[in-house]
Amino acid sequence: MIQVEGLTKDYGARRAIDQLSFHAEKGEILGFLGPNGAGKTTTMRILTGFMPPTAGVARVAGYDVVDQSLEVRRRVGYLPETVPLYHDLTVYEYLKFMADLRNLPEAEERVDEVLDIVHMVERADSHISSLSKGMRQRVGLAQAIIHKPEVLILDEPTIGLDPAQIIEVRNLIREIGKEKTVLLSTHILSEAQQLCNRVLIINKGRIVAEDTPSRLQARLTGSGRVTVQVKGDDHDLEKQLAKVPGVLSVSHNGIGEYEIETASGQDPRSQIAKTVVNAGVDLLELRSVGMSLEDIFMELTRDEPQPPSMSEAEPFAQTED
Amino acid sequence: MRNIWIIASREYKAYFSNFIAYAFTFFMLLITGIVVYNSLVISVNSFGQYPPPDVGIVIGPLMFLLVFACPAFTMRLISEEQRLGTIELLLTAPVRDWELVVGKWLGSFLFVLTNIAITFIYPLVLHWLITPGIDQGPLVSGYLGVFLVTGAFLGMGVAVSSFFSNQVASYIVTFGLIVIFWWIFGIFAQAGGAQSAIFRHLDMGSQFYDTMFQGEISLSGVVYFLSLIVGFLTLGSVSVETRRWR
Repeated sequence: MIQVEGLTKDYGARRAIDQLSFHAEKGEILGFLGPNGAGKTTTMRILTGFMPPTAGVARVAGYDVVDQSLEVRRRVGYLPETVPLYHDLTVYEYLKFMADLRNLPEAEERVDEVLDIVHMVERADSHISSLSKGMRQRVGLAQAIIHKPEVLILDEPTIGLDPAQIIEVRNLIREIGKEKTVLLSTHILSEAQQLCNRVLIINKGRIVAEDTPSRLQARLTGSGRVTVQVKGDDHDLEKQLAKVPGVLSVSHNGIGEYEIETASGQDPRSQIAKTVVNAGVDLLELRSVGMSLEDIFMELTRDEPQPPSMSEAEPFAQTED
Repeated sequence: MRNIWIIASREYKAYFSNFIAYAFTFFMLLITGIVVYNSLVISVNSFGQYPPPDVGIVIGPLMFLLVFACPAFTMRLISEEQRLGTIELLLTAPVRDWELVVGKWLGSFLFVLTNIAITFIYPLVLHWLITPGIDQGPLVSGYLGVFLVTGAFLGMGVAVSSFFSNQVASYIVTFGLIVIFWWIFGIFAQAGGAQSAIFRHLDMGSQFYDTMFQGEISLSGVVYFLSLIVGFLTLGSVSVETRRWR
């Protein structure tokens, strides 16, 4: 449904995305994770026909996004990051306008349907300017699904919603994702974990990891984190812990708790315990914490060396790709 | 065609919830009314008779005011879409770039035509006051000229608004462009020399005042205005298209 090969986009001298290649099939929800400025929105804008790539090929629903842009646009529903709404229109007028632009045969009926889907029936005649952020998000979503698109592209769809609405929207996306293809970007990692069949982690315009959320996690369970709690403080302990073989970094929260990141495939826990005891402080707790998707994300998207106050250990081991 | 119409009718309706559009409409009609009334009163007081049965006393001031009003009617069109980000909606809908630009232009044109239609009251009043009634030749050709000039002004405005996301910038540049075509070219045309003939052809003012304003419909004048409209709408479409590449 979505096939992307060697996709590159330059904004002047700055390369926003660099040789991206991925694909998404029918009935799949593909998550796009990455820090701000990683190129998520750029990629989505290319896939929706908003702008052409500098190089590379992207096909959506079998059509080329550059040469057959109109065909692509007919089959794609898109919710941009800043929900594009006309503030002078009512919810109903706005959706009717979008339905007309999409040339839907029974526009009124379809507007009523999507209003029902996003639970906005009772606000149909409200001006968009009077809606809360969450409601606007839902109107934007209604607009994206109004023509029953084969491919749904959502840029941060749950941003600004309250927890109940988030669950609703996620259920809706899950429902759509059963039959259609959904590509969504998110900052919320648990969201990707819950919703997506597959996750793409992208940083500085490149894909740094691609897998199912559970396998991504499994791949990195060897490397993990150890939390150490001690009684009494020793300013030297942080440095000593960092010297333990297999320890990548140590951070101290100032109230006797140390977060230690350990190298993949090594278990330096006994060494850590000895170091603590030798330093003359009481060991209260030593706990091994598995890496969450959050940590994986941090690990993969980090590229600057940590500031010296955080760690004096050797450079981080690179995760293999 | 359908897409153009959908965009045009949305735009037309949007004017009725736009305060600035109301303000310009109000002042345009008010000032035209005052000027027409004044010409009548002066004519009656000084010469003891009604003015000649010429629609020029309506169209003259109307045209002058349109120079200031048209940029205000178009400054929002594409600029606002860019500022609000709704351009992303339109450019990812199955609508061609030129359909968007033409639809925007048509919406503004229909709105200004509605305004101009209201000024039709004044020639009707003149027709009723003056025997044997108003000159119908200049009435038809004059209003046709107003439509064409307005179309060209609005074409410039739509094209310019596609370059800016700031409405004020959009107004100023459109106004400047209109002044160049409406007045500056005319000054060059008067200057004499070999190039003055070229400027006379380019000058909207003489294309309008020398023929249609006088009651004469010239094919070359109509072609001139239509090509201006097509030219600027093409420029606008190209600008929207290149916006995608930036």
